[in-house]
Amino acid sequence: MRIAAPFAAAVLAFGASFGVLARNAGIGWSPALVMSATTFAGSAQFAVASVLSAGGGVAAACVAAILLNARYGPIGMSTASALSRGLVRRLLEAQLVVDESWALSNRGGGRHDRRILIGAGIVLYVAWVAGTALGVIGGKLIGKPEDYGLDAAFPALFLALLVGQIHSRRAAFAAALGGAIALVATPFARPGIPLIAACVACLAGWRRRS
Amino acid sequence: MSAAWASVAIVGCATIAIKSSGALLLHGRELPQRFAGMITLLAPVMLAALVVTNTFGGDHRLVLDPRAAGLGAAAIPIALKAPLLVTIVVAAGAAALVRAL
Repeated sequence: MRIAAPFAAAVLAFGASFGVLARNAGIGWSPALVMSATTFAGSAQFAVASVLSAGGGVAAACVAAILLNARYGPIGMSTASALSRGLVRRLLEAQLVVDESWALSNRGGGRHDRRILIGAGIVLYVAWVAGTALGVIGGKLIGKPEDYGLDAAFPALFLALLVGQIHSRRAAFAAALGGAIALVATPFARPGIPLIAACVACLAGWRRRS
Repeated sequence: MSAAWASVAIVGCATIAIKSSGALLLHGRELPQRFAGMITLLAPVMLAALVVTNTFGGDHRLVLDPRAAGLGAAAIPIALKAPLLVTIVVAAGAAALVRAL
């Protein structure tokens, strides 16, 4: 648990920023809270808020978020052996696996420390939901978001998350390609569609082994 | 149902299903390397696309506005591995400053 404390503080602040930005994106306080409690994946939640606030529609917002969370398929497989055997507990524990708890519990060679995976997962979950609650309450007190430059918060946030996901040259190349595709598509497509078009860049991962 | 609730329900169910499938269906097995390589690239690709569209996206056109200044300023705390909240405050502050000038 102690090992997760610095992460928990960061996740609390991250959750608060989701609460603030979700409110400004026109998502009410209750959907924002329910989303943090059920989806529990920051980047996907921010993606939904940003696409909806740009007028991109539900379908584009959801497809973008689901593509972002597709990584939890392979991540879930890599942690599967560290979870309980019982079906219900196993399913509940699987929901606690996020980037941070996965990284903290990683022991190399495809093995994960069960106590850290679950313990950190619980701490981070509580911090994420509590942070969101603080954000939706605090966000109400803030007036027009543009006055504070909060519209620049989304790109900054996504850049910070992106840097955390670049673990190889191939990932950097694919990210640059995806960004270029999205840039070119933006004038021609509804908000959200350029994100989906950018996924063509994932073909960069087809050829070589990871 | 509002757009927000619909999105919350769809994304929530899909995410729970994705996380569950990894733990249940594919326990002990591995995805083909090629396929896994593509899936692991989805997150960086989508995040890069989100950076670009949130910075330069306008109403059916590309725009250069104070958000770009905010993003540029954010690169400094990100490079210094500063906490996320610091990054957001720096980006927001820079954008607000440019807008006020």
